Amino acid sequence: MAGNATFRIWRGDPVSGGFTDYVTPVEEGMVVLDAVHRIQAEQAPDLAVRWNCKAGKCGSCSAEINGMPKLMCMTRLSKLNLNEPVTLEPMHTFPVIRDLVTDVSWNFRAKKTIKPFKPRTPDNPDGTWLMQQADVERVQEFRKCIECYLCQDVCHVLREHHKHDEFIGPRLFVYAAALEMHPLDIEDRVIDLRKKHSIGYCNITTCCRKVCPESITITENAIIPLKERVVDRFFDPLKTLFHII
Amino acid sequence: MPELQRFSYDVLVIGAGGAGLRAAIEAAADGAKVGVVCKSLLGKAHTVMAEGGIAAALANVDDRDNWRVHFADTMRGGQYLNNWRMAELHAKEAPECVRELEAWGALFDRTKDGRILQRNFGGHKYPRLAHVGDRTGLEMIRTLQDHGIHCGMEVHMECTVLDLLMDSGRVAGAVGYDREKGHFLLWQAKAIVIATGGIGRAFKVTSNSWEYTGDGLALAYRAGAELQDMEFVQFHPTGMVWPISVRGILVTEGVRGEGGVLRNSEGRRFMFDDIPDNYKSQTADNEDEGWHYTQGDKNARRPPELLTRDHVARCINREVKAGRGSPHGGVYLDIAWIKERLPKAEEHIKRKLPSMYHQFMQLADLDITKEPMEVGPTTHYMMGGIRVDGDSQMSTVPGLFAAGEAAAGLHGANRLGGNSLSDLVVFGRRAGRYAAEFARNNGSAPSIDEEQLESVTKAALAPFDRGISGENPYQIQYDLQDTMQGLVGIVRTESEMEDALDKITQLEARAGNVGIGGNRQYNNGWHTAMDLNSMLIVSEAITHSAIIRKESRGAQFREDFPNKDPEWGKYNIVVKRGEFEGEMLIEKRAIPSIPEELKAVIEEMK
Ligand SMILES: Cc1cc2nc3c(=O)[nH]c(=O)nc-3n(C[C@H](O)[C@H](O)[C@H](O)COP(=O)(O)OP(=O)(O)OC[C@H]3O[C@@H](n4cnc5c(N)ncnc54)[C@H](O)[C@@H]3O)c2cc1C
Ligand code: SF4
Ligand code: SF4
Ligand code: FES
Repeated sequence: MAGNATFRIWRGDPVSGGFTDYVTPVEEGMVVLDAVHRIQAEQAPDLAVRWNCKAGKCGSCSAEINGMPKLMCMTRLSKLNLNEPVTLEPMHTFPVIRDLVTDVSWNFRAKKTIKPFKPRTPDNPDGTWLMQQADVERVQEFRKCIECYLCQDVCHVLREHHKHDEFIGPRLFVYAAALEMHPLDIEDRVIDLRKKHSIGYCNITTCCRKVCPESITITENAIIPLKERVVDRFFDPLKTLFHII
Repeated sequence: MPELQRFSYDVLVIGAGGAGLRAAIEAAADGAKVGVVCKSLLGKAHTVMAEGGIAAALANVDDRDNWRVHFADTMRGGQYLNNWRMAELHAKEAPECVRELEAWGALFDRTKDGRILQRNFGGHKYPRLAHVGDRTGLEMIRTLQDHGIHCGMEVHMECTVLDLLMDSGRVAGAVGYDREKGHFLLWQAKAIVIATGGIGRAFKVTSNSWEYTGDGLALAYRAGAELQDMEFVQFHPTGMVWPISVRGILVTEGVRGEGGVLRNSEGRRFMFDDIPDNYKSQTADNEDEGWHYTQGDKNARRPPELLTRDHVARCINREVKAGRGSPHGGVYLDIAWIKERLPKAEEHIKRKLPSMYHQFMQLADLDITKEPMEVGPTTHYMMGGIRVDGDSQMSTVPGLFAAGEAAAGLHGANRLGGNSLSDLVVFGRRAGRYAAEFARNNGSAPSIDEEQLESVTKAALAPFDRGISGENPYQIQYDLQDTMQGLVGIVRTESEMEDALDKITQLEARAGNVGIGGNRQYNNGWHTAMDLNSMLIVSEAITHSAIIRKESRGAQFREDFPNKDPEWGKYNIVVKRGEFEGEMLIEKRAIPSIPEELKAVIEEMK
């Protein structure tokens, strides 16, 4: 694969910005983040990019590569067409800080509005619990989330309709699902999910699931079961009756 | 004086990995007002990358396990240079700390009867590592993070501490900048916990991220605290070696724990060729026995692939040097072979090692259920660090505490896998508790030395004055990494290390001249320039300590002194700042004698 490739990188700040082309040598096995690092070291020392693990484990290096939301450290150059410039942009759903770095702090604030884990009393006198692997596995899927926020980036409720104040987005539905389906948890988040977190805005487009680098089945395994709980609580005539009484 | 935001806390925790978060949770629970500072976003610290598991003698899988065995294993692994008090507390408190994580929502893999499952790992006599597939660190940091945000701590994400401020011999606060705007911040504090993790970035091939530049060690050193065991840098035997761009990325020891074997280019399981005497009685002498051990046979001894990391790394090094390596300069690590022994081996591998499967699939186009991986040693972990009191985790500077990878003592000359995650929660908790107590007992807030503050911020901005005509920070970093990798790596000699010291001195001069363009907002070049200071101090301390220790022990291998010297087993090497600018003092310090009852435990487990 050796040779040069062009990277068309969005550079700018909250006020203004645009694309700059960088030509850099590429070798077999390189990922997009390697190319960015090379450009940073040799041509643009002040190019802003976030990364930590370089192995798809921390969820820091999210960006839009040729318009597709991806982790830069897990996108191999051999999977891209290098005859054309490769465009790199920050995630669109969050405000830009600089270049490829966005302000994702909203996710942390929104998470705090979800009621925390509350376990049942321990099963054993020594304060431990018994759980079966099968029950744990269902939730372990959600706990694989690396908080890359790529799913938040593609969700139209956030990206196009900017409902950040009312809607928590797919990542946080996954988080809520992990709590709700946790074998030990006894907290109730169903009312919040409907009223405070507007799960109803999600119309199951499955865009979020398609971009998840951890292959979490966000819609089918997390959002839909949560929606069912909401429906059961609010729209089941028997239960409604019960509430009235 | 540039603009500056001021905050005031009882306890300031620097670092939001496992150790920092656990310390912050504890200090907050004790009623302290707590601030946490970290260089990255919350939840992205190194701890997130830990794979294999957290060691604790829960005895869920093998009921012969208990704190005494864990203690003896840790001391043996550390070649008896460990702070024995820390090894004792760690072994005793780790089970409780793991259960605490479960109570906060962590979901570990389970045994058939519903308890926490434990797996085998190098140097641990019994299956001891609680785990979640191969993403244990993620589970741990997310649990602490999600619990922590409801405990009342204030978190300053993407902020880097540049220096500690002192008030008549006691810590008074920290000064740093935020990455987003490049503004300066001052955190005044009655007590400070350093939990900044490791130093891997000082080397070229490493499993560590950009954050691990040894800042905490340098901060403490400059504040007058002692460092110890700096010569002991752990090279993990199995990092990726190909493609070049992912060189160094970790391949968890869990692969070997699940039955993976190491072979050279001739197909030979070379680990059987060299089993150290002190491990002979515990190590399998044939392939069958090794396999049975990994499958939970309690009467089998462990395969030699699960010997301590220092040893395995050196064996790999030897094979490669002898021309028996793989095409890209490593050896083969094969887990696919287990299909000869297990039905449905493919699914088994994918379930037990999901992130390894993905890592190789995505980064190297290699299916580990079908083909062997190529692996080689990678700089992984710092055993050395800030010297602390075993019980309280306070350094030699009043009010300054340290926990986690940044602190020294628990691991001695070599750390066992899984003993770090447990270290974080055991000693994070202790550091938080004692820091809160220190803050309470030393009532009034110390005062801030405005002059020192001003000189720190001024120095931080100097690279902008020099602009792009100054030295390129990335280039200096590369050159330092090259130096440390080449001259102070797995195999060391005096002459090469002397050479390294000269080079470090030259790099220091160049770092004094570093320049940077652009502005202060999220300027990675500037951040790299700031990190150089720490990396240089740490590199110098490592090299000096390695030169002084004229023997081979644990992670340190000296070609010119290839044997272990019992005399050296009585000392730690301590590093501290001298009186003059740039002067580094290196000293042999006798290890306090070990109490009889602990000595008896070690003897009994031999
Ligand atoms: C790939 C990999 C796999 C591993 N697997 C295992 C395993 O299976 N079992 C095990 O026991 N151990 C494992 N380890 C080791 C273990 O993960 C680390 O030693 C441990 O996580 C360190 O935790 P910590 O809390 O000390 O620091 P870290 O998690 O490293 O966190 C350090 C924190 O300090 C902050 N910081 C640093 N400098 C500054 C500064 N100047 N200002 C402000 N903040 C700063 C960082 O931003 C970060 O938040 C592994 C390590 C790696 C790299
Ligand atoms: S499925 Fe729902 S949450 Fe996911 S992207 Fe579509 S609208 Fe958003
Ligand atoms: S659910 Fe998937 S896409 Fe969304 S933040 Fe988590 S890992 Fe990223
Ligand atoms: S750098 Fe960690 S996911 Fe890309």
